[in-house]
Amino acid sequence: MTQVFLGMPAGGQGNLFESEPFPKAAHRELGNTQMRKNLRHATHTIRDKRLKVVGELPDWEALRDAGSVIKNNSMATLEERLLEFEKNFTARGGIVHWARDADEANQIVTDLVKATGSTEVVKVKSMATQEIGLNEHLETEGISAFETDLAELIVQLGHDKPSHILVPAIHKNRTEVRDIFLKEMPVVDPNLTDEPAKLAEAARAHLRKKFLAAKVAISGANFALADTGTLGVVESEGNGRMCLTLPETLITVMGIEKVLPQWEDIEVFMQLLPRSSTGERMNPYTSLWTGVTEDDGPQNVHIVLLDNGRTRALADRFGRTALNCIRCSACMNVCPVYERTGGHAYGSTYPGPIGAILSPLLTGIEVEENGSLPYASSLCGACYEACPVKINIPEILVHLRGEDVDAKREKHKLPTQMDLLMKGGSWALGKGKNIGLLEKALPLGRLAAGKDRKIKKLPGIAAGWTQSRDIPAPPSKSFRDWWSDEKESK
Amino acid sequence: MSAKDEILSRIRTALADTPVTEEVPREYRTTSAMNEEQLIELLVDRLVDYKAGVEVIDAAQIPEFVAAKLKDASSVVYPQGLDSNWLSALDKDVEQRLDAPGARLSVAELDATSAVVTSSAVSVAESGTIILDGQPDQGRRAISLVPDHHVCIVPISTIVQLLPEAMPRLSITRPLTWISGPSATSDIELERVEGVHGPRTLDVLMVRGL
Ligand code: SF4
Repeated sequence: MTQVFLGMPAGGQGNLFESEPFPKAAHRELGNTQMRKNLRHATHTIRDKRLKVVGELPDWEALRDAGSVIKNNSMATLEERLLEFEKNFTARGGIVHWARDADEANQIVTDLVKATGSTEVVKVKSMATQEIGLNEHLETEGISAFETDLAELIVQLGHDKPSHILVPAIHKNRTEVRDIFLKEMPVVDPNLTDEPAKLAEAARAHLRKKFLAAKVAISGANFALADTGTLGVVESEGNGRMCLTLPETLITVMGIEKVLPQWEDIEVFMQLLPRSSTGERMNPYTSLWTGVTEDDGPQNVHIVLLDNGRTRALADRFGRTALNCIRCSACMNVCPVYERTGGHAYGSTYPGPIGAILSPLLTGIEVEENGSLPYASSLCGACYEACPVKINIPEILVHLRGEDVDAKREKHKLPTQMDLLMKGGSWALGKGKNIGLLEKALPLGRLAAGKDRKIKKLPGIAAGWTQSRDIPAPPSKSFRDWWSDEKESK
Repeated sequence: MSAKDEILSRIRTALADTPVTEEVPREYRTTSAMNEEQLIELLVDRLVDYKAGVEVIDAAQIPEFVAAKLKDASSVVYPQGLDSNWLSALDKDVEQRLDAPGARLSVAELDATSAVVTSSAVSVAESGTIILDGQPDQGRRAISLVPDHHVCIVPISTIVQLLPEAMPRLSITRPLTWISGPSATSDIELERVEGVHGPRTLDVLMVRGL
């Protein structure tokens, strides 16, 4: 990875890149009507559930405020927190490894697996290992990695890519899932129906032997508690418990931003996370472990602390709050752009509104491939409203668009996005209320203080979107008009 | 430079603007005014919503209810610290398997065991969450995971309304399992379906006077 800015921490590598510019990918994905139907159904179901369980808590906003400050504090003192975590995890028999980037993390994990003599590992869903492309790397080293989360299993068996961070197979409906199972599972009832309960049962039967025989498991972690050295995994199916309990060796790969200062902080996040993600009062299972417990669970316990661009994101003082993300996926479930394009259009492991800021922050915005992601939004502000840790995604999007324009100007190159910006100009500037809409979503005061970025950015705000949306709308129609028409017609 | 040193130095570079920390505003609820009956009602409501079986009983009724829940089981595993009286009314053809230090059941043996009976450490009514912390009456994690049917004793004295109220009762460095209903998935069309890899049947006996 080339470093453009001197003194900037290195950008991340791995599955963090758009494979093509967002407008182009979005345009293609919009043609997939089955996927759009599935997505629409799923995101609307989850939105309603989320609103209901969030509405039950009279102190929801207080929890969000606490969550946001805890995360900010953790990032502001990250070095101390990580050292504290390392000390406590090590004191309880765990082994800590540090990885600068994807390659280093993959190598560490490979060496650890090889040292056990095992050629198979079971995995419980982890964004970090997907980000670094661990499964593919292990494959080249002769190690088979079995995904055990139902959605990941669907994706793996279907030779597909995840499209949502929480429900990676959200783009598949039940019938498609059944077809994948019938085709790909070595032992499966040929009369399998598409009832979700039957599909879940088929997954249970398929993975049972793997769990019971597994010697090595690889997991992610939802949080690490600095003052006790504890790790936590939040899940539903029990595949996490299987992976975290039965094997002899457990290797966890976790981004360095997941550390929380105090163990009591989980009282905040365990209220925020399940309600925001699956819209449940609590997920079925949460496991916490602190190093090694004699006679209970894996006796050979490792963690790989992964940078891969996180310090790069941390260096961006306007963007660093993106690291506060707890990966609940609420922002994508409420996003009108995501709902129509799906997760694949974003290319990176991290799709949706958070992906549109996190991917370029991790890699550096000047990395050509991610330049169009910050335009993948209408800036409607729904993501900010939904975010349990109050990440101001629209504000960071605007900030990154400014950075993108600056980076491209530095390279003396007229970017394709700029063409779109120009075309979209009449939209944002043509109607007073469009500007009003933008002002509502954006705390412009902060931005106005900087360089004169406003006008350069505003015209482009809807550009990527208007170019790729799937209805034949005249450019003079504002997003807001289009959006309210769209809503009424449902 | 080692990876650790390099990452830490990158962090220092990244934070060159020395962002300040703020006191965490903890305005959220940390105490509850619910009485015992309200707590019971709330926890029952949540567990039923998760499709767990729930009974509210007196301590003296435990053996009878455990036996009723296990009437179709062929074998049951129990941790060493479990009150042995609780299994005293089991049918004679339900084989009882003790899991104790030095006499551990293998994973294969656990897989061939139909059910498990454990106690629990603390329960959170508002979210319907039962927390196991591996004390001797709950045993190591594998025994409450591999058998397909979990009968879990929840002493009513261990129920709180709010998660923050449960925190002082947790030993955080013990291996903790938080259970909110039988295993489930929302991975197909975001519909919650009960019964995947963890126990597919969860029976909760909420016990007064324990
Ligand atoms: S940005 Fe906020 S809403 Fe989106 S996944 Fe992260 S925590 Fe959830």
